[in-house]
Amino acid sequence: MKVRTFGRHIREGGKNIVRNGWMTFASVSAVTVTLLVVGAFLLLIMNLNHFANSLEDDVEIRVFVDLGAGEEEQESLREDLDDLPEIGSVDYIPKDEGLEAFIDSLGEQGDYFEGLRDENPLNDTFVIRAEDPQETENIAVEIEELDHVEGVEYGRDIFEQLFSATDFIRVVGVVLVLGLLFTAVFLIANTIKLTIIARKTEIQIMKLVGATNSFIRWPFFIEGLLLGTFGAIIPVSVLGFGYHRFYETIGENTGLEFFEFLPTFPLVIQTAILLLAIGAIVGVWGSIMSVRKFLRV
Amino acid sequence: MIQMQDVWKTYPNGVMAVNGISIYIKKGEFVYVVGSSGAGKSTFIKMMYREEKPTRGEISIDGDNLATMKEKHIPFLRRKIGVVFQDFKLLPSLSVFENVAFAMEVIEESKANIRRRVMDVLDIVRLKNKARFLPHELSGGEQQRVAIARAIVNNPAVLIADEPTGNLDPDTSWEIMHILEEINDRGTTIVMATHNRDIVDSMRKRLIAIEGGRISRDEVRGTYSYES
Ligand SMILES: Nc1ncnc2c1ncn2[C@@H]1O[C@H](COP(=O)(O)OP(=O)(O)OP(=O)(O)O)[C@@H](O)[C@H]1O
Ligand SMILES: [Mg+2]
Repeated sequence: MKVRTFGRHIREGGKNIVRNGWMTFASVSAVTVTLLVVGAFLLLIMNLNHFANSLEDDVEIRVFVDLGAGEEEQESLREDLDDLPEIGSVDYIPKDEGLEAFIDSLGEQGDYFEGLRDENPLNDTFVIRAEDPQETENIAVEIEELDHVEGVEYGRDIFEQLFSATDFIRVVGVVLVLGLLFTAVFLIANTIKLTIIARKTEIQIMKLVGATNSFIRWPFFIEGLLLGTFGAIIPVSVLGFGYHRFYETIGENTGLEFFEFLPTFPLVIQTAILLLAIGAIVGVWGSIMSVRKFLRV
Repeated sequence: MIQMQDVWKTYPNGVMAVNGISIYIKKGEFVYVVGSSGAGKSTFIKMMYREEKPTRGEISIDGDNLATMKEKHIPFLRRKIGVVFQDFKLLPSLSVFENVAFAMEVIEESKANIRRRVMDVLDIVRLKNKARFLPHELSGGEQQRVAIARAIVNNPAVLIADEPTGNLDPDTSWEIMHILEEINDRGTTIVMATHNRDIVDSMRKRLIAIEGGRISRDEVRGTYSYES
């Protein structure tokens, strides 16, 4: 295509947008609302994923070995643990080591417990990590059934809540986003249909004097593209600045050691690119839908 | 230039508009197509520029075989054919110049070519001095001249006109006919459907009469009805 022609298509597409006034406004708004929701969910889910990943280090199962178990029994327990499917890693912490770590962690106050060294009350312990943190609970239940196990400990409640929360948010997000996306595509398709109806004579003449179909299609394609990307401008800026403010005021110092939010960059850049791409795809999709059946002659 | 071989057209609703037409029109000819309303004139003409596809039969225009032509090639067929209608089909928001230039823009001609060529054809239809006017500022005859200018601006080999004088008074109709004749003199083949008995009888040309979708007469210098 010649550069001159491309310039013409952009001008024509822009003209259509101005000409359709209210419908342009309606479809850009639909894209805006859709992308605001999509973007908010994206930020939320990315942070939750980040949280879940950072917790993975802490997703460990402590397996306390029977106090009475001798070396042979410990060895067979270790083999049983190794045989379990979906196990990521198995570490062994002998009770002496465990006690030292405990005393160290208490600092000065640890001195009171020095005396325990003679009569160590701790169990030898295996520390297990699941390959998939979501499987932690199932694995813990299995381990409880093994011989020479006195008890099993893992952060049951937090994980169950966290994982069911992320799953729920994902499902709600996907349903909501799909619904909104289709509404936006539909509105854009209708806006462009209006253009096509208003320009029926023009299209008819273009066909009569030998314009190719792709030549006729381009301005509508550009109209859709513009509608979609215009719709992305407000969500990108609102979510970008909003997240930046949030991160600077609350996000950076939650006071929670185990929970930190993702920093503004590169998160908002990634989100912005994604939103612009979704906007463009929605716009082009809408235009293809409405132009297709009109150009057949 | 134009050749039809046993062409039939049945519309999807079952109307049999053209029933076995064969013709041959030479380069540079001027042909009237006459017949009562509903006889099939427009259908016959529309098949030439592929607005309608024949149900059966062979059509070839300037060496292009329309039966085997790929969808993609249709725009290039249409660049060889100019079409003029009874209702002009001008774009109301564009000036005379822009309406004619439009036909060149959409086939991606350069600006310089467009300017030169548009002024040339406006000269042929004698509207050079009204290039900046909008269609609603023109008389019916002037609007039809703009439509003719647009139809010939890309130098088509054939000019097709479906009742180009249908909406015009007798004097204006003659004006249009003189312009068409001039265009024909420059070598363009012209096919024109008409109900205008005066014109057909006084400006004698080849005449094809259609009745019930068939050719009933084909005369070198025919008259509107049988000469008695
Ligand atoms: N698109 C269409 N779909 C169905 N039937 C059609 C269509 N166009 C024309 N016809 C029918 O085909 C027949 C021939 O129509 P056509 O327009 O070719 O006649 P015509 O000779 O041009 O008439 P007129 O002098 O009134 O313009 C008519 O019976 C008409 O009703
Ligand atoms: Mg007709």
